[in-house]
Amino acid sequence: MNTAVRMVNITKTFPGTVASDRVNLEVKKGEIHGLLGENGAGKTVLMNVLYGLYKPDQGQIFINDKEIRMDSSATAIKNGIGMVHQHFMLVPSLTVAENIVLGREPRKNMLLLDMEKIVKDIKETSREYGLEIDPKELVKNLPVGLQQRVEILKALYRGAQILILDEPTSVLTPQEVDSLFKAMKALREQGKSVIFITHKLKEVCAVCDRITVLKKGKVVGTVDANNTNPLELAAMMVGREISSTCKKENYQPGKCVLKVEKLQALNDRKLSALNDITFEVHESEILGIAGVEGNGQTELVEVLTGLRQTTSGKIILDGRSITNSSPHDRISMGISNVPEDRQKRGLILDFSVLENLILGYEDKPPFETGWFRLNLRKAASFSDELIQEYSIKTPSKETPARHLSGGTQQRVVLAREFSRKPKLIIASQPTRGLDIGATEYVHRKLAEMRDQGVAVLLISADLDEILALSDLIAILYEGKIVAIRECGKTNELELGLLMTGGNNE
Amino acid sequence: MNEKARSSETRRLMLTLRGTIPQIIAVLLAFLIGAIILLATGHSPIDAYVAVLKGAFGDVYGIGQTLTQATPIIFTALAFIFAFKCGLFNIGAEGQLLIGGFTAALAGIYFGDLPIYIHLPFALLVGATGGALWGFIPGILKAKLGAHEVITSMMLSYVALYITSYMVNYPFIAPPGWVAQTVPVAPSAELPRILSSTQLSASILIAIGMAAILTLVFNRTVLGYEVRAVGLNTAAAESNGINVKNTMIIAFIISGALAGLGGAGEILGVHRRFISGFSPGYGFDGLAVGLIGGLNPIGTIFAAILIGALRAGGMTMNTVTGVPIDIVSVLQGLVVLFVAAPKLITYLSKKGVALPRALKPLSNGVQTILSKIKRTSRKGGS
Repeated sequence: MNTAVRMVNITKTFPGTVASDRVNLEVKKGEIHGLLGENGAGKTVLMNVLYGLYKPDQGQIFINDKEIRMDSSATAIKNGIGMVHQHFMLVPSLTVAENIVLGREPRKNMLLLDMEKIVKDIKETSREYGLEIDPKELVKNLPVGLQQRVEILKALYRGAQILILDEPTSVLTPQEVDSLFKAMKALREQGKSVIFITHKLKEVCAVCDRITVLKKGKVVGTVDANNTNPLELAAMMVGREISSTCKKENYQPGKCVLKVEKLQALNDRKLSALNDITFEVHESEILGIAGVEGNGQTELVEVLTGLRQTTSGKIILDGRSITNSSPHDRISMGISNVPEDRQKRGLILDFSVLENLILGYEDKPPFETGWFRLNLRKAASFSDELIQEYSIKTPSKETPARHLSGGTQQRVVLAREFSRKPKLIIASQPTRGLDIGATEYVHRKLAEMRDQGVAVLLISADLDEILALSDLIAILYEGKIVAIRECGKTNELELGLLMTGGNNE
Repeated sequence: MNEKARSSETRRLMLTLRGTIPQIIAVLLAFLIGAIILLATGHSPIDAYVAVLKGAFGDVYGIGQTLTQATPIIFTALAFIFAFKCGLFNIGAEGQLLIGGFTAALAGIYFGDLPIYIHLPFALLVGATGGALWGFIPGILKAKLGAHEVITSMMLSYVALYITSYMVNYPFIAPPGWVAQTVPVAPSAELPRILSSTQLSASILIAIGMAAILTLVFNRTVLGYEVRAVGLNTAAAESNGINVKNTMIIAFIISGALAGLGGAGEILGVHRRFISGFSPGYGFDGLAVGLIGGLNPIGTIFAAILIGALRAGGMTMNTVTGVPIDIVSVLQGLVVLFVAAPKLITYLSKKGVALPRALKPLSNGVQTILSKIKRTSRKGGS
């Protein structure tokens, strides 16, 4: 038969939630099957069940029409399933080849590693699937897109016939996405099955043969990619109408809140990352920093929040220099920060929702009450308010943040940062990895804050996001602001050119 | 208090209780293996264990010995836990305890004309300060230079050992100078004994008080919150305005102070003078006891009493049954092994020994520790 995977009636519950609710999924041989759904719809859980990482409460899994008990990922690998996780599992200090063969190294004369054969094999495989890579390069020197290739090659090397890609595009640049899609199609030509987890409509339409839409742990339906369109899929996914752009009120900026003058800074490798950055952000204004990632965005945010030293230049908040202030002082002075990586910098995953909601305020009234005592009752009532106001979907305020979905985690961050009555909000990739509903929510909140008079600095690699929200757009390219445009007086074409270093003067 | 708040209190209590089950199981497993070893070496495990129990809890003297043995270990375990919550490994409690004991002895020997209600607290405070100072060194080396605290705190233990040894062999040796010890502390600096005809001193009350205070510190204070934040996610703590370096230094100071206070309690309560080599390795026992106690201050008290009982009862067992006292070290090692062997316990629980659920939190806890060890060693390596 030509069915590669059949999952029947899969149910998986976690305390408080049903992550998979009697899910049926069928993936054919030689097809790219999209698994579409909002954050928390149960896509990753379902695939973790298939990959043997979670044991389902009930249901059966058939691989090539044979029932398999997936009790571990080893079983899954043995049955030809490979999974590329959102977060890569590579050894940075080993070479590409070493990473790929890790755990099943070919040997010669029993003992010696047959590196020549490995390198040759990898070169062949990578050419076959259009996944070109230098097998001798160290993984830590590779950009994210190539690291992902290593993961894919690793799965193929282990004999994967069914490849699960968990939100593979969320970390890639548009060019990298294109080459990933090419590789996926090459895999399909070879008769392999690809399960593509995503929440991006354009992508599923671009590359998938069939699409299964999940919502709240249930299958909404499986559709043929030829017989559907993004609008229909979106409706299946969220079950409601979406407004794709926020309505922009007339733009009336107030006085200058943040002034950055000729800022320079180095990156981790001690190379120049920021070069004479100068801009201003005013009250009731969203300044969007557009640019392809890796052009100094991370460094800019770190310099503005006090995590990275400047080598020269000035940062002025409300007329006072904060160039050398600590992160603590900047928070006290009214800077809120929505970090790029919420799990690394925004939240403490093993802290409860309550504890996360007071992070950064814990030493300030009303939570600190003399003798360094933490007023838990105040913190509890504060959390209750925020959970209500920001509709944070959590079983309780004592639940560790780790157990929440990505969108809910971001709501916790927003609730904390926005309720501080900030003067300035620095929001960095605020909707990365979020589904449409959560993205829309974040956008609405940012716009609300702007309307209340807050100055907002939005750093995003997503041009649609920049266009939807910003009043002014600054383009960051190779550590420099190459242009600042008013939102109504530019277009995607011009911005795209500026972002890629094209000159249209 | 409304209904909901009360039920959440109850739930928390239940969770705490359930959290202790794995530790208890680890202890039982250790005794089981210990019994096999005893059988294999031709001893009756029942006789041996009964003798241990009798020796440890059979009479007032036994109980006194058990608790006396437990007391310094409670302090060093609390010291280990405090640093650990901040993501730091203070392996140097031994040195902090020695320095604390020595400085407390000096404070107790001099200032003899102070009244007891000033002299005793002062001597204890000096001991805690001595330990704190010894903890401060690896703390600041870590924060300012990135020196790995495992190495520095461990090595400083040896420095402390030899400094104190030198001090009591030369400048402060009690006349006529045959034994490496100081003169006795003034009576006004003696920590009272609280159980007649035993060496048990009020130090154990201070230890229990400290455990209670630490519980409060972790859950109810800004410092405790920030220490835990740094321990769980340094990057997020930093981004949200917590001064990571200062917090680490403070955690090490408090950790050292706890160990130093333990040393002071030993000197002022049990020995009443500083004797070279008075600690048989309390600092290292603290690490084991901290783990057995589930990294929980209150759990630490029980874990320390267990080890104290094995030590105290071991003597009786040796004299009554002839079983070598070393079996006690074997048992202690086995308990630590089971607490620290998540894979084994997961396997046993999979095999359907009626404890699958109970063992889960244990193995999770250990996995957290292991991943933390990995993380810190990686940080140190780069």
